[in-house]
Amino acid sequence: MAQEYRQILKYVDQPGYTPDIDCYLRNGGYEVLKRVVALPPKTLPNGQTLSGPEQLRQEVMASGLRGRGGAGFSCGLKWSFVDRKSGKPIYLICNADESEPGTFKDKQILYKDPHQMIEGMIIACYANDVHLAYIYIRGEFAEGAKILNRALKDARAKNFLGKNILGCGYDLEIHVHRGAGAYICGEETGLIESLEGKRAYPRIKPPYFPAVLGLYLCPTIVNNVETLCAVRHIAALGGAQYAKLGTPNNTGTRIVSISGHVRKPGYYEVEVGKATIGELINDPIFGGGLREGRKLKAVIPGGSSSKVFKAGERFKLKRRGLDGKETEQEVDMLDLPYDFDSLIAAGSMSGSGAIIVLDDSTDIVAVLANMSEFYAHESCGQCTPCREGSLWMAKVLHRLTQGEGRKGDAEYLARIADNIPGGRTVCAFGEACSWPVQSFVAKFKEEFVARGAADEEHRAQQGTGPAAKRELAASPQG
Amino acid sequence: MSEIHSMEPIPNPLREQPDFAVPPDIAAEIDELITHYPKKRSASLMLLHAVQERFGYVSRQAVEWIAAKLELQPINVYELVTFYPMFHRAPLGKYHFKICRTLSCALGGSYKLHEHFCTKLGLDPHAHGAQTTKDGKFTVEFVECLAACGTAPVMMCNDAFHEDVSEQRADEILGGCK
Repeated sequence: MAQEYRQILKYVDQPGYTPDIDCYLRNGGYEVLKRVVALPPKTLPNGQTLSGPEQLRQEVMASGLRGRGGAGFSCGLKWSFVDRKSGKPIYLICNADESEPGTFKDKQILYKDPHQMIEGMIIACYANDVHLAYIYIRGEFAEGAKILNRALKDARAKNFLGKNILGCGYDLEIHVHRGAGAYICGEETGLIESLEGKRAYPRIKPPYFPAVLGLYLCPTIVNNVETLCAVRHIAALGGAQYAKLGTPNNTGTRIVSISGHVRKPGYYEVEVGKATIGELINDPIFGGGLREGRKLKAVIPGGSSSKVFKAGERFKLKRRGLDGKETEQEVDMLDLPYDFDSLIAAGSMSGSGAIIVLDDSTDIVAVLANMSEFYAHESCGQCTPCREGSLWMAKVLHRLTQGEGRKGDAEYLARIADNIPGGRTVCAFGEACSWPVQSFVAKFKEEFVARGAADEEHRAQQGTGPAAKRELAASPQG
Repeated sequence: MSEIHSMEPIPNPLREQPDFAVPPDIAAEIDELITHYPKKRSASLMLLHAVQERFGYVSRQAVEWIAAKLELQPINVYELVTFYPMFHRAPLGKYHFKICRTLSCALGGSYKLHEHFCTKLGLDPHAHGAQTTKDGKFTVEFVECLAACGTAPVMMCNDAFHEDVSEQRADEILGGCK
């Protein structure tokens, strides 16, 4: 039976818990930081000596923590790519640009427990010898930026930030930088460009990691809000202990945002892989199931960019049994453990941890049209396949929802979508805008074809003029 | 060598604000913001926010002032104003309603909510982009995901989030705008 495991959200939404520093301190806040900066050097059996920061980096590596922003890349590995010998300053940026449709977990932390993230950030900075760091927060979180500025001021006043932190000789300054409504700023190199005061055009790769060349062409670490909170817990527990949470290669806890057609949309923190998609949707302690009389139609498992799962879809998964042997099992989509690896094995991804549930009242064509409009709006415009392709797909889908579709539109859409990703664009937005189209059109092809065919037939009978328009889904009350 | 003729200046697409002057409190805030970055140019988004918060939009004079302040060319600032959706080139209404259009909110009824506001305020629910009422009091805009998908439909009135917004709640929000 899957359970919630509130580690990062431990105090969030608790009655009486406030985002101010006194409340955080009353609940053990900054105790981990105090321990971390006092870590003595450790001598290994081979005579090598590890400094405190080096030990921390090892703990994060041992924890197996994977980034919570979307890509699920190993945090320890990301840190290990940092060029520490360049002589240039190393920067750290907290990515608080939360903007993947369906995701609303970082907002809870930023607004309700900002010091937890700041403590995690200070620890991450200390571990990586960073002296200047930024929180890149999305522009719409104006209130959040104020909360963070206040929190940073209070942390400075208590000497958790600033010069000679807690007397350990380490200096760190953190500033809040506000975005201005562009989704592409979530892409780490786009974010860096934006922080440099430019348009958020993602940078060409290689170098693949800003850890080599990032902000001001210096080594830079970009970590998500939730990832930095996890760092605090790793520093508190130790990497090995943290790795006991969750499942192998999918360690720790993760906050899942559930929205769409469920009775109890919300954010739920679970051990990674300990709950299945079905449990997260249907269990009374999580999503609470679908509305009365409705059946499941599809699930978008990891933010709107992830490939859709159709109800009833089955996947073959390799599983390691207690005897250590690997066996192949066929599982229903709902029985997939909600972790990084299982969802990749099933051809999608857990992305930013956002599940959007669609019931049988949903017009799948209208859903994809809605999503495509988002991508057409948010493409930064730098690469032609993405800029033109995303708009083109949105236009075709728009005509399909306005009764002006064509029978061949399904294949037409698939062809456009197939020609955007795969190295034709500078960043993964090309993939992000094509994956929904590719998966929706492939898995619900009959609906797209039928819609186009019906529109054509209508035009043949009535002359020109659109066929009837349709609702996106049954109204929330319906 | 052919003679080079002077061309007609390209009309500046930014609004004029001849009386633009940065009040001392904003100037002090801006000076402080610039110190946050090792390179001045980095402060441009923060400066645009600071100026827009005070004047409600970004004018030609504002762009030129920010550029001078950061030792940039005006185009370096202007290209930000046209790229980032949150910056406006004309004043908006006193109350700016941003209604989330993206999927989870759409499933939760945001199209109806948007239409409700437009109908109440005499605006076109099918028009593209932000629309402002003639009296300059309200602006209604459909925006992309506001990161509060669990409480759809979601909207903002200026900087304040409103979640689970029913039509009744929408009317209360409207009623609260004096």
